[in-house]
Amino acid sequence: MTDYKMHLLICGGTGCKAAESDEIKKSLKNWIDELGLEDDVQVVFTGCFGFCEKGPIVKVMPDNTFYVNVKPDDAEEIVKEHLLKGRPVQRLLYTDPVSKKAISDSKGMNFYKKQLRIALRNCGFINPESIDEYISRDGYMALGKCLGELTPDETIKEIKDSGLRGRGGGGFPTGLKWEITRNVESDEKYVVCNADEGDPGAFMDRSILEGDPHSVIEAMAICGYCIGAENGLVYIRAEYPLAIERLKIALNQAREYGLLGEDILGTGFNFEIDIRLGAGAFVCGEETALIHSMEGLRGEPTFKPPFPSVSGYLGKPTNVNNVETFANIPVILNKGASWFSKIGTEKSKGTKVFALAGKINNVGLIEVPMGTTLREVIYDIGGGIKDGKGFKSVQTGGPSGGCLTKDFLDTPIDYDNLIKAGSMMGSGGMIVMDEDDCMVSIAKFYLEFTLEESCGKCSPCRIGNKRLHEILENITNGNGKEEDLERLKLLSNVIKDTSLCGLGQSSPNPVLSTILNFEDEYLAHVNEGKCPAGQCKALLKYEIIEDLCTGCTLCFRNCPVGAITGERRQPHYIDQSLCIKCGVCYEKCKFNAIRLS
Amino acid sequence: MDPVQSLVKGLADKYGRTRESLLPVMQGVVQQEKYLSEYSMVEIAREMDIPASDVYGTATFYSFLETQPAGKFIIRVCKTITCAMKGKNQILFSIQDMLKIKVGETTPDNRFTLLETNCLGWCHKAPAMLINDEVYTDLTPEKIREILSGYIKKSI
Ligand SMILES: Cc1cc2nc3c(=O)[nH]c(=O)nc-3n(C[C@H](O)[C@H](O)[C@H](O)COP(=O)(O)O)c2cc1C
Ligand code: SF4
Ligand code: FES
Repeated sequence: MTDYKMHLLICGGTGCKAAESDEIKKSLKNWIDELGLEDDVQVVFTGCFGFCEKGPIVKVMPDNTFYVNVKPDDAEEIVKEHLLKGRPVQRLLYTDPVSKKAISDSKGMNFYKKQLRIALRNCGFINPESIDEYISRDGYMALGKCLGELTPDETIKEIKDSGLRGRGGGGFPTGLKWEITRNVESDEKYVVCNADEGDPGAFMDRSILEGDPHSVIEAMAICGYCIGAENGLVYIRAEYPLAIERLKIALNQAREYGLLGEDILGTGFNFEIDIRLGAGAFVCGEETALIHSMEGLRGEPTFKPPFPSVSGYLGKPTNVNNVETFANIPVILNKGASWFSKIGTEKSKGTKVFALAGKINNVGLIEVPMGTTLREVIYDIGGGIKDGKGFKSVQTGGPSGGCLTKDFLDTPIDYDNLIKAGSMMGSGGMIVMDEDDCMVSIAKFYLEFTLEESCGKCSPCRIGNKRLHEILENITNGNGKEEDLERLKLLSNVIKDTSLCGLGQSSPNPVLSTILNFEDEYLAHVNEGKCPAGQCKALLKYEIIEDLCTGCTLCFRNCPVGAITGERRQPHYIDQSLCIKCGVCYEKCKFNAIRLS
Repeated sequence: MDPVQSLVKGLADKYGRTRESLLPVMQGVVQQEKYLSEYSMVEIAREMDIPASDVYGTATFYSFLETQPAGKFIIRVCKTITCAMKGKNQILFSIQDMLKIKVGETTPDNRFTLLETNCLGWCHKAPAMLINDEVYTDLTPEKIREILSGYIKKSI
């Protein structure tokens, strides 16, 4: 960054943008100009700070002051008090939920203390639309080093030694994948970046592309150099408009600087990157499906082998890696494999980005060393469960993962431990559930997702998941039997064993893990006709609490089946024989007079 | 040449006529026309020399390639787990209430189509929805009224 004395960094991630960070920037700029500070202070958009719960966020550098929930109207105070007089605006600082103290330096926040940011190193620090800022933080240094000093084999060895494993879910050693692709003879090869992130609960790839697109471009070029490819493709979902735009800007800048295109840095190495947009199909995240989609076919997976490394896009050897995997590469090459391999656990090196969502205080993106426990992630970084409720479960790995109970809170997170615990790393989504969530419904939810996203090519997945879903539907409707649990388990195992691709092979995991960890909840549904969490509407009754009902007639007017009767200004009643349990009255009542029992 | 023919030809000139270009061409048509009509699929097939049944088969695989007529603004409400946990039903209710259409329907004036979709990757800001290419997050019934009123004004 140039010679400004101070920088105001505003989150320009989509989350905060939607919450008017554009306005804030404008307003800050106006006040800075008004007070003649424009030569000293620079206002820039950066990528997501990860602390989305409290967005929009404004960070003042160099003192690291971290303002949360900023409104455009706060700009005046920030400029006049902080920038001019050097007094941080107390009321906009983050308050520690435990100590209730305001924390001004973001380094003092628990949210950041336990984090180690490698893949997210630049997110929230640089302006993602400026290649100069990326370069000023060692950007494109690794590419220069590889092209100038290292042979492809030496580079691959470095990646292999680092122990980096794929962050897209499978956890395949990245260096080994590059080596395999390199060793296949072919006139043409491809580097593919998988940015089709579709796991419910995951949004790290979007944040990296929005906050630091150059790191992915640089790594793809390095990969091309190593495996002998001149063409790269980024397959990105169309639902990420901002990420696509930033990537396009970054690609153009890299071309202008001669870091993409022909004869890169005068070394004779050519590399070009193209963008392909997804069209709303989750299964296209699977690498063979992704390749077929890029070929213009239906995005259906095919049997492996042959692996894409041998025969991929247009039948040519293709190296597919995830966005986060790529984002790690430049750092490994800059700091060395031995530095990287010291971080993490024995078999899982480095860090992992997790997306925290659900009933947790600090939702957002975090990056921690492998081996951090779930407790640290959920309580220390995540700030615990929302509204002081009890922790019930955390779902990792999206529709292919499982639900872990509090017994696993002290398990160090890495690829192998999560699999042992009956879940998966997946892409790193973590959805936290509290005591109000019904685990049978959660399992049903994931299956609904799988059902819709199954490509339908093979019958275990297409038909089997449908049957699983029907059984769960019966249970949540109060028509389940105890034998259903055995049927669920049997069918789940058949689906796992016989499906063609990873989607089907892992789709029963949410069912199996909830049966394993929350069997009593299933039994309460089938034996007693009760939903302990009070979520399964069919097992509940809507009633009007007479004392609270003001007779406003709102419920009466909204009930779709006319099950509510009563005089104006008199308590109303619900006729249980007519009620279809749609819950409209519950949602409409302004006086909390509708009870579920 | 009618408008669809020239649109398809323009896109094929831009992206090429090989099979790999099929998706970009179809995406281009959807961007302009909002959906792939039978006629436009046949035109794509002719222009790119791909069997029409293949074009249809590919188009129907992808949920963002609509093959049914759709309104000017396509609302896609996320119905996946986090959004569902955070009250997506109320969001749907308010949209249905305001536009007087159900999921899968289009308003009679062809302005709005209401659809549900799977996780949009905005789970930390749930509930979320897309209107065409715009993302809206942290939705509440009040916000919905505000957003939709904006679109209703815009489209007059
Ligand atoms: C159903 C399914 C969905 C997947 N979705 C993604 C995805 O969204 N992003 C991703 O990077 N990998 C996804 N994968 C994993 C890819 O197939 C592939 O393993 C990965 O892109 C390889 O990159 P890595 O070695 O860097 O992890 C998915 C796999 C399956 C079976
Ligand atoms: S397992 Fe499911 S998603 Fe995978 S190929 Fe079979 S039907 Fe398609
Ligand atoms: S679950 Fe709705 S955006 Fe992810």
